[in-house]
Amino acid sequence: MFGDYSIGDLGSIFVMQGFAGLILFSVYVLMALGLAIIFGQMGVINMAHGEFMILGAYVTWMTSNVFQSYLPSLFSGYFFLAMILAFLASGALGMLVEWVLIRHLYKRPLDTLLATWGLSLMLQQAYRSIFGAREVGVELPQWMLGSLHVTDSIEVPINGVFVMGLTVLITIAVAYIMFRSRWGRQVRAVVQNRIMAGAVGINTAKVDRYTFALGCGIAGVAGSAFTMIGSTGPTSGQLYIVDTFLVVVFGGAASLLGTIASAFSISQTQSTLEFFMSGSMAKVLTLLAVVGILMLRPQGLFALKVRK
Amino acid sequence: MNDSRFTTRSELIGILVLAVFLVVILPLCLDVFRLNLVAKYLTYAFVALGLVICWGYGGILSLGQGVFFGLGGYCMAMFLKLEASSVENTKIQSTPGIPDFMDWNQITALPFFWKPFHSLTFTVAAVMLVPGIFALIIGAAMFKRRVGGTYFAIITQAVAAILTILIVGQQGYTGGINGMTDLRTLKGWDIRPDHAKIVLYFFEVGLLFACIFIAQFVRHSKLGRILVAMRDQEDRVRFSGYSVANFKIFAFCIAAIFAAIGGAMFALNVGFMSPSFVGIVPSIEMVIYTAVGGRLSILGAVYGTILVNFAKTSLSESFPELWLFGLGGLFIAVVLAFPNGLAGIWGDYVQPRIDRLIGSRKPKSGAGWTDDSVADGAPAE
Repeated sequence: MFGDYSIGDLGSIFVMQGFAGLILFSVYVLMALGLAIIFGQMGVINMAHGEFMILGAYVTWMTSNVFQSYLPSLFSGYFFLAMILAFLASGALGMLVEWVLIRHLYKRPLDTLLATWGLSLMLQQAYRSIFGAREVGVELPQWMLGSLHVTDSIEVPINGVFVMGLTVLITIAVAYIMFRSRWGRQVRAVVQNRIMAGAVGINTAKVDRYTFALGCGIAGVAGSAFTMIGSTGPTSGQLYIVDTFLVVVFGGAASLLGTIASAFSISQTQSTLEFFMSGSMAKVLTLLAVVGILMLRPQGLFALKVRK
Repeated sequence: MNDSRFTTRSELIGILVLAVFLVVILPLCLDVFRLNLVAKYLTYAFVALGLVICWGYGGILSLGQGVFFGLGGYCMAMFLKLEASSVENTKIQSTPGIPDFMDWNQITALPFFWKPFHSLTFTVAAVMLVPGIFALIIGAAMFKRRVGGTYFAIITQAVAAILTILIVGQQGYTGGINGMTDLRTLKGWDIRPDHAKIVLYFFEVGLLFACIFIAQFVRHSKLGRILVAMRDQEDRVRFSGYSVANFKIFAFCIAAIFAAIGGAMFALNVGFMSPSFVGIVPSIEMVIYTAVGGRLSILGAVYGTILVNFAKTSLSESFPELWLFGLGGLFIAVVLAFPNGLAGIWGDYVQPRIDRLIGSRKPKSGAGWTDDSVADGAPAE
C-alpha cells in the first residue's frame, strides 16, 4: 500500500490527510462537546442532536442571505453574528424541548432515546417543509476562501484553519464553564447527586434546563461551522449522530478530555485510511476498531472513577 | 401471577382471536395485493416479537435488530438469487451463471461464501445460525463485561451502521445499495404469482404463531421470570447466584433469530432485499412497533406492527409530508403517555370492562394479553 510513494510524498500525504482529519476532528469535537454535556453529564440520549446542529446551519445560511441582500458591506463579518444567532436559536429550541419532553424522562434514559428520535423525525420534516429538500450551501466571505501554501506539496484551506481555531476557542470556553465557573459546579453537583444538590439549595430543574440548552446551543455552533465545509440538507444531521455518540462513548462519557482524545483518534484514523482505500471501507474499519475497543474496554478511554 | 402453565385461558382466547383475524378475516377481506402488504408487515412482527422478549422482559434495548433482519433476509435472498441466475437465465452476461450485479462489477467467479447457498437446507440453517451466532458473539462480548442499557443500545446502533456501509460498499458481493432484486423461484416454484403469494402468506402466519408459542413458553417458564427479575433488579438476581450475562445473551439471541426469520420471510414475500432494511432508521422503526403495541405484550407487538405499518402505508400514500410528523408524534406520545402501548391501554381500560360484562370473578386480574408486571422498572411518572 505504500509501495508507489517516495518518503517525501508519504510525508505530504500524511500531513494533508492529517489536516483533512483535523477538520473532521473539529466537527466531531464541536458536535461531541454538546453531546458530552447532554449525554455524559445528564445521561439523556439525545438522538435529535444532529437536528439541533442542522438548525444552526440553517440559521447561518439565512443570516448569510440576509447580509447578502441588505448589508453587503458587512458581509465579510456576517459569520460571527451568524454563530451567535445559531447558538441562541438552538439553545432556545433546546430549552423548549427540555421543558416539554425531556424533564419527564430523566428516570428513563432509554425512553429519551425513543422520544428524541421522534423529535428528530419531526424536525427533519419541518426543515424539509420550510427550507426544501435540496441541500443549501452558504457563500463564504472573500477572506475565508483560498488556501495557505506551507510547502510545495502541502497546502491547507483557510476555512479549515478558521474552523479549527473556533473549535479550540469553544472547547476552552466549555471547559471553563463546566469546571471553573460557579454554574458548572452546580451542574456537576446535580449530576452526581440530584437529591443532595437540591437539599443544599440548587434549583435542579433550572440547572437541567440550562445544561440541556447549553449542549444544544453548542450543537448549533457546530452546525454553523459545518456550513463552511459542507452543504446542509434536512437529513445531514442524521449522518453524524451515530459517529458522535461513538466519539462520546469511546472517550468515556463523562470526560471532556476523553471526548477530545477520542474525536482526534477516530477522525485521524478515518481520514488517513480514506487515502488508501475506499471511503466506505475506511469508515467500516474505523467503526469496527472503535466497537472492538469498546468491547474490550467498555468504560471508554478516559473513565472517571465513580462509586456506583 | 404464579402459575407456570403454558398459557392462561384469556391468553389462549387472545391468540385465537389473532389467529381468526389473520387466517380468516384478512384473507377474506383483502385482495392479493393488500394481503401481500400484510405479509410484509408481519415480517416485522417477528422482529417485534423478539424485541418483546429482549427489551420488554429482558430490559435490553437493541437498536440493531435490522442487522439480524438483514442477515436473515440476505441469506434467503442469496439462495433465491443463485437460483434466479442459472446459466440459461444469464446467457447474455460475460460470465453466465453468477448473479447479475456481480457481472456488472467485473467479478468473474462466484465468491466462496456464496457457494454453500446453492443448497436450501444450508440456507434455512444459515438464516437462523448466522444471525444467532453473530448475536451470541456481540452478546457475549458485551454482557460478560456488564455493558448494558444505553451503551448497549449505542453499540448495536453502530453495528447496524457498519453493516449498512459494508453492504453498500461491497457492491460486487452484495448488490450494493440496490440490494438483491429479481428473485424468482424457490426450488423451481415461482414465488411471484398471486397464488404463491397467498401460500406464502399462510406459511408466514404459521411461522409467526410458532414464534408466538415459543415466546409464550419463554415467558411462562422459569427463564422468563428470571428475565423479568433481572430487568427489575439485576444485582439481586446476580447475588442469588444466577449468571445474569447468560440469560441476557439468551434473550438477545432469541430476538435475533426471530428477526432473522422475519427477514427471510421478507425476502420471500416481497421478492427483494436491500440495505435499506438493515440500517439505523429501520432498526429504530422496529423498536417503535414494539413500543406502540406494548413492550410487555406478545400479541400487542403483532397488532402494533400491523397498525403502525398500515398507518404508514396509508398516510404516506396520501399525505407524505404528514407521515414523518405523525411517526415522530407517535414516538413521543407512546413514550410520554403510554409506556406500555396499546396493550397497556387494553389492559387498563378495556379488559376490566369486558371482565365486568362477562361477570368474571377476578375483575382486575390483568391476565389478558398484558403482563402483570406493568411497573417495568420505569414508572410512568
